[in-house]
Amino acid sequence: MTSVATPFFFYFLAITAIVSAIAVITRRNPVHAALSLIVTLLALAGFYLMLYAPFVAAVQIVLYAGGIMVLFLFVIMLVNLEQNIREYQFNKQWIVATIAALALGGLLAFVYRTGRGVFPSAFYQSYRGLEGDNTQQIGVWLYGQYMLPFEIASLLLLVAIVGAVVMAKKRI
Amino acid sequence: MIEYIKGYLSTGTTPGEAGNLFWATVYILLVIVGVSVAVLCMNWLERKILAHMQIRLGPMRVGPHGLLQPFADALKLLIKEDIIPHDADKLVFWSAPVVVTMTAFTTFLVVPFGRTHAVTDMNIGVLFMLGVSSLGVLGIIMAGWSSNSHYPLMGSLRSSAQMVSYEIAMGLAIVSAVLMTSLQTGTGTLSMIGIVEAQASQHTWFIFKFFPLGFLAFAVFAIAMVAETNRAPFDLPEAESELVAGFHTEYSGFRWSLFFLAEYSAMLAVSSIAVTLWLGGWMRPFPTWLGGSTWNMAFSFLPALTFFVLAAMCFLGTIRMPKIPQFRIQTIGLGTFGALLGFVGLVLLVPAVSVRVQDIYWFVVKVAFFMYLYIWYRGTFPRYRFDQLMKVGWKVLLPTGLGVLIATALWGLMPQLSAAITGVLQ
Repeated sequence: MTSVATPFFFYFLAITAIVSAIAVITRRNPVHAALSLIVTLLALAGFYLMLYAPFVAAVQIVLYAGGIMVLFLFVIMLVNLEQNIREYQFNKQWIVATIAALALGGLLAFVYRTGRGVFPSAFYQSYRGLEGDNTQQIGVWLYGQYMLPFEIASLLLLVAIVGAVVMAKKRI
Repeated sequence: MIEYIKGYLSTGTTPGEAGNLFWATVYILLVIVGVSVAVLCMNWLERKILAHMQIRLGPMRVGPHGLLQPFADALKLLIKEDIIPHDADKLVFWSAPVVVTMTAFTTFLVVPFGRTHAVTDMNIGVLFMLGVSSLGVLGIIMAGWSSNSHYPLMGSLRSSAQMVSYEIAMGLAIVSAVLMTSLQTGTGTLSMIGIVEAQASQHTWFIFKFFPLGFLAFAVFAIAMVAETNRAPFDLPEAESELVAGFHTEYSGFRWSLFFLAEYSAMLAVSSIAVTLWLGGWMRPFPTWLGGSTWNMAFSFLPALTFFVLAAMCFLGTIRMPKIPQFRIQTIGLGTFGALLGFVGLVLLVPAVSVRVQDIYWFVVKVAFFMYLYIWYRGTFPRYRFDQLMKVGWKVLLPTGLGVLIATALWGLMPQLSAAITGVLQ
């Protein structure tokens, strides 16, 4: 069977992801921005598939594209959009944003230049055999080696849920 | 080239696994045509059955017993004017039906109509189906928002709230079925074909496994899937008495028919998930109890028998047609249709064909059962109020799903647990 990780797919997904990501920040209409974000997330799911992580790709689609973004759109639709589009944007955060973007870009460039030893090109080739039981491996790792970080992450989510309930309900 | 085409036939896997592009394309086309035909049949059957439940006749004018009604409807929708509201968001309005239809059809990539009768087998099959069908909600939201109108917006708000709530109960029910695949072998699977094979190797359908746990999980799924497809009694997003037609109020003509097509193919898709996970997929009933070559042969006649019964019903209708000149064309048409069905039945009697059709037949019969249930629900249940809907989803289905999941895990670990307890006691 031929590999799916062809350069064509990579460039196709990369261009889709970048163009839609730019659309996310340039569209004035929040619904358009959210829809572009969905396209970006789907392209990322494609990347996970190319890296032989089908489970992560599926979870990306189910949770992010299908779950979280639906809630996003749900909230955005309740907001009065026409007014938002006409309003003048007065949040002058572009200096901070530029610095943050440059820092992230620098970090990525650094990893790209020096990460060759850390991420050898044969890295995922050695994991190709795991493709079949990828789901199982993730389960074993999450509940074995990475039990503590996993539980801490779920505790964080629990705190967020409790916070949302406290903020939404004045009287419990 | 010929070798390439022939080479697949001896592999005994799906075209996707064999990496055969030709057969994959053939299967995809077959699935698209099959689903479209099924939607046409479903359109006619729903009107007819619903009408008979309400002591009406249903469509009778177009063709004998209204058999050509779906075609007339399709033609009408195709030549109707395509209206886009003036203040609508054109691009989103245009792409919403496309998204809905594409996601509804894409889910059929992994539906196993038989051991080799699927486009492909994925090791994340069930998750893939869930994920792609959850993208269908986006299409509904896009449709409701871009129409720039009140009723569609209300409809899509309801729809997104409903789908997000019921997806959780649905996921929990699916997880408990997936858990069952891992019980005897120790390695579970998410692949649709793998799940059916697990049921074959455990000699039971998962609906009967760990009674009543399997049945409870199935019940949770069966309720959640009706809500997920926006059908009665959970059809609040398109409640005609409150919201005109819900999220597709502003759509007309071909775009509206795409929504129709997507709704019905989504119903077929979730029914196939239920059939695959709990009702043994393509397996015939009682493969071990009524095993042996005699029973195998008896069961292999059933596809042909079904078509013969349908043909007989057509001929009965032909005889009962009024004997007046105005009905001559109808009588001839119904007779020809009956003859066609009878011919299909005869073809299915050929051993080479009947062996290959067995799996598909049983899968389709089980899915058809669910489709009948959908119509039955619509004919009998009154619509839920929105707070009742949320109550059922969050306070009944979700706790049941969680409880069933935990109980399934405990039951599955019973040998290890009892061994550990006796170890501690000693």
